[in-house]
Amino acid sequence: MAGPSTDPRGAGAGAAGNAVPKRRGTEAALLGFAVLITVVAQCIVDVTVTGSLSTELATFSAWIAGLWVVAHLVVRRIAPYADPLLLPCVALLVGLGLAVIHRLDLAGQQGEKASREDAPVQLLWATLGVALFVVILVVVRDHRLLSRYAYTLALLGLGLLALPALLPGSISEVNGAKIWIRLAGFSIQPGEFAKICLIVFFAAYLDEKRDVLALASRKVAGLELPRGRDLGPVLMAWVLSILVLVFERDLGSSLLLFGIFVVMLYVATERASWLLIGVGLFAGGAFIAYQIFGHVRVRVDTWLDPFAYQDSTGYQLVQSLFGLGTGGLFGAGLGGGRPDQVPVAKSDFIASAVGEELGLFGLVAVIVVYLVLVERGLRTSLIVRDAFGKLLAAGLAFALAWQVFVVLGGVTGLLPLTGLTTPFLAYGGSSLVANFALVALLVRMSDAARRPAAPHPVPLQQLGEAPTEVVKP
Amino acid sequence: MNAPLRRVAISVLVLFTLLIINVNYIQVVRSDELRNNSGNTRVLAEEYDRERGSIIVAGDPIALSAPTGDRLTYLRKYPQGELYAGVTGYYSLVYGNTGMERAENDVLAGSDPRLFVRRLADLFTGRDPAGGDVVLTLDPAVQKAAMAGLQGKTGAVVALNPSTGAVLGMASTPSYDPNQLSSHHPQKIRAYSEQLDAADPDPRNNQAIGERYAPGSVFKVIVSAAALKAGYKPDSMLKAPNVLDLPGSSATIRNFGGESCNGGADQSLIDALTVSCNTAFAQLGMDLGEDKVRSMAEAFGMDGKKFQIPLSVTGSAIGDIDGKAALGQSSIGQLDVAATPMQAAMIAAAVANHGSLMKPYLVDQVRAPDLTVIDRTDPEEFKKPISKDIADQLTTMMISVVEKGSGKAARLPGVKVAGKTGTAQVGEGVPDHNWFIGFAPADDPKIAVAVFVKNGGGTGGGVAAPIAHDVMKAYLDGQGG
Repeated sequence: MAGPSTDPRGAGAGAAGNAVPKRRGTEAALLGFAVLITVVAQCIVDVTVTGSLSTELATFSAWIAGLWVVAHLVVRRIAPYADPLLLPCVALLVGLGLAVIHRLDLAGQQGEKASREDAPVQLLWATLGVALFVVILVVVRDHRLLSRYAYTLALLGLGLLALPALLPGSISEVNGAKIWIRLAGFSIQPGEFAKICLIVFFAAYLDEKRDVLALASRKVAGLELPRGRDLGPVLMAWVLSILVLVFERDLGSSLLLFGIFVVMLYVATERASWLLIGVGLFAGGAFIAYQIFGHVRVRVDTWLDPFAYQDSTGYQLVQSLFGLGTGGLFGAGLGGGRPDQVPVAKSDFIASAVGEELGLFGLVAVIVVYLVLVERGLRTSLIVRDAFGKLLAAGLAFALAWQVFVVLGGVTGLLPLTGLTTPFLAYGGSSLVANFALVALLVRMSDAARRPAAPHPVPLQQLGEAPTEVVKP
Repeated sequence: MNAPLRRVAISVLVLFTLLIINVNYIQVVRSDELRNNSGNTRVLAEEYDRERGSIIVAGDPIALSAPTGDRLTYLRKYPQGELYAGVTGYYSLVYGNTGMERAENDVLAGSDPRLFVRRLADLFTGRDPAGGDVVLTLDPAVQKAAMAGLQGKTGAVVALNPSTGAVLGMASTPSYDPNQLSSHHPQKIRAYSEQLDAADPDPRNNQAIGERYAPGSVFKVIVSAAALKAGYKPDSMLKAPNVLDLPGSSATIRNFGGESCNGGADQSLIDALTVSCNTAFAQLGMDLGEDKVRSMAEAFGMDGKKFQIPLSVTGSAIGDIDGKAALGQSSIGQLDVAATPMQAAMIAAAVANHGSLMKPYLVDQVRAPDLTVIDRTDPEEFKKPISKDIADQLTTMMISVVEKGSGKAARLPGVKVAGKTGTAQVGEGVPDHNWFIGFAPADDPKIAVAVFVKNGGGTGGGVAAPIAHDVMKAYLDGQGG
């Protein structure tokens, strides 16, 4: 896990003045590797499916390479100490996603009616994502500034979250979930952006209130329970999640928001009792939801025995399992399988396309890339110096992890299906752009964490904790 | 805050490990199961990309792949639809494949090892790999006569070449249109399938090889064989009472329609078979004992084991026989005695072929896409239930059935026909099953046939024998005989 690049000794002993390795060369090399894989994957798809390379291949390669060169140069310039693995992981996932979407485009074109090509659109979204990545790095020079806008962002987040619920169903509803804004041919899921706004708010809020929330009033069975009145925030988060579930019928976002908040609360207060309270509330909410909401019950029943519903609600999942099973260890090869048999393979079920064509090895590789991305995020959280930054990095990294877990778990039958997107990999503009923003914040904080000789006085508390941050070879 | 952070990091690791374990479970442990699940159309869809071989009868394809303009390159077509549905089966996107499409899938799909050299050549020459053809033993005239005879009935006809075991005809009704299950439109396929589901019986059940019924008096041929083997002669006298009391039970056995066989007097074995005397055969079976009857039935193939022709034929058996009374009833083919029409045809074929039962087979040749024959089925003996002597005596007895007895409807002008009728009781108020087995010409058998009509309601001689007549005539006419 811990490469030499993250050795934070420099951060602790910056006064010595010796140069901390910036590792930008590592990042450049890894990005080059990611671009190579992206281009090779495109070639394989073209050759396997159509028998020849597409004419746009050169343009595509230049474009994708250009994107990462720009991103890399910006990082090199204004976040030189950033973690060198974050961006290459993203590049690899985006590139692989583009190849698979392109592959599904080609499969769609072989069909009776020509379907829209989604890969170029996704490339445009990726471009927009990189642009936002750059803007955030340029504008947010110090992540701590964000805490000043915590309440503004909270309002913005809530507004974005509530927007689809308030809009008429004709604009906001797709397949039963009211989480979209569809205008002029484009679909936006504001919830993806709301997630980030709310995480910033949670971090700021918990940073402010954590001493109070960490207060314990009584001990029950060896566990220190918080005071009754301190239950307010977690109950608020719970109610918010339930509202999302009721008004937008979005099981995924509901689960995601609540999970993130509980984990951030735990990190802030260091009290496991919050986790238990969270799990209890979740169990209660899940039970009530199962009893009351038909769509939740359908999801759960389908999950328990997908083959019993394989012609109706379980069709998608069963097709996904067939794809994965047929792929086996090595997969059918890019372009060699039939991932188009899974409905909405480009977005919700892209992981099953990866599993079918790249096999177990490919899918596990993707999971591991996500794991690397998440753990680098959590590592940033470990070594960043301020409490707000710690909470923010932890929240963002965990959000990514939780989302990947819930989505991949759903697609592989481990969990009920929720309808979240697979970050970076799946087709979908809002998800892609929002996740670029998320990574931009992580990059910014990892730069702050590893930057030597902090220009501002380091709080005593962090110094006290320094040894725990230091070791790990 | 670092302690909980580490725990969060470890939890994430655990969650992802769970994902990886689950993916391993699906892609490795359950891989084969998912790949071969009949609902998984992937493997099938891949097959649609290559030209599947044809199933051929008398030079004409009864199943072939025709190129289409849509995304599945080839469409499976069955030009004669219902006529051969029981043999071809279907080749469905939704329901997988059945019948010959399934049994000979390796050849048709081109993955059979016998096509290996050819495939290797395709690899180097860049030809699109194509499947091999399967040439069947069926005779179109026999098949058409059989289907025409079964028109409007539920039943089956099986015709065999007794000296080789080649299946000349295999018909099952009600039939269905395999084209409609093999289209490229899942919705329509499902709709048609639901329609078939609703029918009774499901037309996809192959009555000839997949269902077993009480053979009734047809079984008397086996009891006769057991008697002859035990030393009886065709003119040995048997007790033939009007009503036979079954020992240890209040049940009695009567003759069909309550008639008497010989006014209640003793009757010779040949005459008892000719008029299909129930009381005489029930008593004969009890006199012979269960072992002799059972071992003879097993020798003819009624041993409960299924076998492949290469379609799977359900095993026929005489079931458990509990006591003498049960033996009496079993000896006239009732109670738990159950035979497929294929088995019934095999009984006739064994007698016709002088006691040697040839293994039934449907595939005559396997051909490579360039029409070279790469495999040909050699006839082989399946079982040897009786000696030539006994077979010849049985033939004489079965000729008597057709010439003087219950099977007159099967007589052919200028040709000696041997046969046996069967009318199996099914239950109170339910029409009887009707059977006929036989072969012709009796002195030089070229075709052995079994006809079964489910709940035909008449007698074997009245309902089934005329169909057998038509089938045998169609074949012998075609043979110039």
